Amino acid sequence: MTAYFIQAFIYLCAAVIAVPVARRLGLGSVLGYLIAGVVIGPVVGLVGEETRTLQHFAEFGVVMMLFLVGLELEPRMLWSMRNRLLGLGGLQVGLTTGAIMAAALLFGVDWRIALTIGMLLALSSTAIVLQTLNEKGLTKTEGGRGAFSVLLFQDIAVIPMLALIPLLELPELAQAASEMTSQVAESHGHLDLVSGLPNWMYAGVVLAAIASVVLGGYYLSRPLFRFVAQAGMREVFTAAALMLVIGIAALMGLVGLSPALGTFLAGVVLANSEFRHELETNIEPFKGLLLGLFFITVGAGIDFQVLAQDWQLVGAIVATVILVKALIVYLLARIFGIGSSDRWLITLGLAQAGEFGFVLLSFSLQNNVIPADIAQLLALVVAISMFLTPALFIFFDKVLVPRFENNEPRREQDVIDEKGRVLIAGIGRFGQIVNRLLVANGIETVVLDHDARQVDNLRQLEIKSYFGDATRADLLETAGIEDADLFVIAIDDRERAVELTALIGHRYPQLSVLARAFDQIHYYQLKQAGAEFIIKETYLAALDLGCEALTRLGFHPFRAEQLKRTFIATEDETVESMYQSWISSTDSGMSPGYRELFMQQEAEIRSAMQGDRSDRHTASERGWNPPPKGYAEDIADTGADTGADEN
Amino acid sequence: MSNKILILFAHPSQHRSEVNLPLARISESVEQVTLVDLYSEYPDYCIDIEREQQRLREHEIIVFMFPLYWYSTPAILKEWQDLVLEYGFAYGHAGTELQGKKLLCAITAGGTEDAYRASGYNHYSIRELLRPIEQTATLCGMTYLPPYALFGARTAVEDGKLEAHVEHWRRILECLRRDQVDLGLAARADKLNECLAEFVGSAS
Repeated sequence: MTAYFIQAFIYLCAAVIAVPVARRLGLGSVLGYLIAGVVIGPVVGLVGEETRTLQHFAEFGVVMMLFLVGLELEPRMLWSMRNRLLGLGGLQVGLTTGAIMAAALLFGVDWRIALTIGMLLALSSTAIVLQTLNEKGLTKTEGGRGAFSVLLFQDIAVIPMLALIPLLELPELAQAASEMTSQVAESHGHLDLVSGLPNWMYAGVVLAAIASVVLGGYYLSRPLFRFVAQAGMREVFTAAALMLVIGIAALMGLVGLSPALGTFLAGVVLANSEFRHELETNIEPFKGLLLGLFFITVGAGIDFQVLAQDWQLVGAIVATVILVKALIVYLLARIFGIGSSDRWLITLGLAQAGEFGFVLLSFSLQNNVIPADIAQLLALVVAISMFLTPALFIFFDKVLVPRFENNEPRREQDVIDEKGRVLIAGIGRFGQIVNRLLVANGIETVVLDHDARQVDNLRQLEIKSYFGDATRADLLETAGIEDADLFVIAIDDRERAVELTALIGHRYPQLSVLARAFDQIHYYQLKQAGAEFIIKETYLAALDLGCEALTRLGFHPFRAEQLKRTFIATEDETVESMYQSWISSTDSGMSPGYRELFMQQEAEIRSAMQGDRSDRHTASERGWNPPPKGYAEDIADTGADTGADEN
Repeated sequence: MSNKILILFAHPSQHRSEVNLPLARISESVEQVTLVDLYSEYPDYCIDIEREQQRLREHEIIVFMFPLYWYSTPAILKEWQDLVLEYGFAYGHAGTELQGKKLLCAITAGGTEDAYRASGYNHYSIRELLRPIEQTATLCGMTYLPPYALFGARTAVEDGKLEAHVEHWRRILECLRRDQVDLGLAARADKLNECLAEFVGSAS
């Protein structure tokens, strides 16, 4: 037991040190994990053979990652980017696979191995590229969008690749492997439902398993999650989320399919679910840790002797891969009309091999598709090309961008920018109306509510809303608070509304908070917590009703309207001093000052309304007062004719 | 000597504006210009009289910038006149706050220039149609300048007239700011456009 603790400690320690350092150096977390692995493995030698076993376990992180990829794939979004996705992404993967396969064939590699190499080197690093684009604020550029659609296609393409690779098994490798493991297999007894079945039954079982994932995900998951959510226990929801992913992975394993395929499918099915953000939040840390562990084991497994012996070969392959990938992306970007500096961004950004390369590599190794020595070489190639990515981005920033800025006349700024994104916490009677107004005007909103029944009702009305406790920082992150422009707080818990306002002000100071207050005191609390705009929920409605009452009592409707506005204006003027007084009264625990001020405000409103009839400018009539009687003679004296005919 | 210029910009549907918005934008780039987007500041028409009067006190040149609606200003600019130009402030025995200032309209009109004459379907020239504003200025003791107008504004972009119009406007503002304008000529002209060369004279 102690040995396990020590090992776990070494891995965690390496990650904790290396990842933040790598991120600070602009290398990204994937490279950080790889470096950590290299350090504890080949360099220091703290860990050894057990990394192999650990890697199989850590691969479950990939399964979770594909589940999350699936969750992100909303059919509507896919449809809107279908041209770029299939065109740019499809051609990139197809052409690169073909080109690299052809190159490998030239060197006399078996076609099955060549195809596998082509596939695994065609993929780029989603993690590094998206993170770098995010950090540089380039995601919304033409090049950034192009890169995103290519990466998305690659992520999806991993699924068919995982299905294809076992079919490319090399007979001689398989034989050797089966001899090695036969004793082990006999004692274990392989867990498999389908090994003895005839083909037609096998097909039936596979179809049934897939159907059960899709239908179960669609019809059973919601009642289940709702049931769990109503218990209100956070860890039970986490357990349910894990249960779902592991259960599907197990089912797929039993019928001999890729667990990644199954969880990816389940993710897609749940992409529209109201529990999507909550699921993401719960799975994300597990995925992050396991994937990190996976990359550490990859780093630990890198054989530097290979590099030392064949550094020329490795260098040549890396250079060729980067050149081939860059060339193909450049040509495609040209065909798809991505201009000048954006074209270079996408070209250099996608030129590396990526983390899925490692996944496919270890998967091919298990399936006896690639011999171990070639796998070692490829792992080096993938890792080194990833290490070079930051350098390519620096080259783009320092060399290419300045050149284009000089050559191109600055395009005039687009007037209509992308419309903002709004997060709405609480979708009860108040938040609902806010949301309807925004959505009706094409603004993207993400709505969160902690009441699963409420969310369910709204979904039936086709209002896009998600289950979750908006006061949880991690849920806010998965809901996309980083990209949000506004945050609307309309939750029905007074204290939590104030807490949430303070939390956002603390963590995301650039984000504006618009909050609903229940009453005057709540208004002050929210103001103190940092809300930029606060409205008392009853205020305007009550004033409208009061205005209607005045009208029915014989006031002219326009006069009643003016009186109402005067009321608002007077209260607006005193709000700051009332607030200050409230702060000092809460500090001292006494409130006489506040009460006095309230009475004073009432008096001010009354005098503003009625005013002194002899005063020319009563506040409520300002601007609509006629000039004094007899003013016309006064003006005529000056020789001008009167245009003011307001009497 | 230099003048501070207050532009009261009144356009109720700016998301569809093709001429007024570029005019407003370029105006902001000129020094000592204060641009007030009335529909933005008072979307509910609750004009703050005190604030608006203070603005008038602080500027020497007042510009009404608007698209012509029924031969007059958009409603909010009329509301502004009704509320802000109070007796005792702008006119009347003690109302001398605006005396000596200059007032100018920068307008866009849908009809062609041919329509705005006795023989055209609008029967009156643009200066004649804007007489109420001219007389308001006179009563307040202000110097009225003829309007700077763009006709056929709906197709100005397609006709390639926008760029020159905007650039001329910038030069007018510069000259007004530096007080390098020929008022004698301007007093007689129907539009500022027709005496532009003389008006801005020596200035850039």
